[in-house]
Amino acid sequence: MREFFESYIVPYFNFWVYVILMMIGMFAMITKNNLIKKLIGMSIFQTAIILFYVSLGVKDGATIPIYFHEHKEESHAEGTSEDAHHKEEESSHESVGPGILTDAERKQAHLEAGDHTPHGEAAGHAVNPDEFTNPLPHVLMLTAIVVGVATLGVALAVCQLIYREFGTLEESEILTQIKQSNHG
Amino acid sequence: MIWQFDIIILIFLVITAVISLRVRDLLSASMIFGVYSFLICLLWAEMGAVDVAFTEAAVGAGVSAVFLIATVFNTNRRSSD
Repeated sequence: MREFFESYIVPYFNFWVYVILMMIGMFAMITKNNLIKKLIGMSIFQTAIILFYVSLGVKDGATIPIYFHEHKEESHAEGTSEDAHHKEEESSHESVGPGILTDAERKQAHLEAGDHTPHGEAAGHAVNPDEFTNPLPHVLMLTAIVVGVATLGVALAVCQLIYREFGTLEESEILTQIKQSNHG
Repeated sequence: MIWQFDIIILIFLVITAVISLRVRDLLSASMIFGVYSFLICLLWAEMGAVDVAFTEAAVGAGVSAVFLIATVFNTNRRSSD
């Protein structure tokens, strides 16, 4: 039981909560009688899906996907000994991210720092992607949030029209009124 | 990602989602849904998605809570379930 908990529940807790929230939202959309309650359920459903996508971009030990220019300026302004020290500090953290340098500069910096990790040799780009969370799902989900608010606004406007027409927001009462008007 | 913070926020998220669907007063439901949005905004800031976090704080928590409250004031505050 404990093994199951540690290997399946704790590492994937975000995904478990995503499923729970999505089912809460779907349950509300299906069973609630009030239209505004249905819309709150729809918003919970949407945020649950966004939670799933943002959880896909998370990495262990990664930071916010914002690139700082400090690395480059420091390496140009300060002397090579400072630079090598800086590189040593970074390589001790196992994060080979010297900023945007040309290939020759980078190779020299690695030689000076005595850094012969295969990553420093093989990396074709200067920024190590393991340092940053994946920003692609974030960008997609920005659009999804805005679309979600737009749908919520339109749906609430339709709710106000329904209230003006029928005088209630309860689905069952609206359906009986529609049936009566059809028969009458 | 800070996992202690993560688990606490996720538990509160489920609690606020359930409460906002359980209360019969629609104004309280809207306010608790605003709390839910701010909690999920905090969760995204903690997971490293800062751009999503401030979009959610402005658009999700702010605008959609205002929309909901405006609709509740223009219609009925009582809910049958």
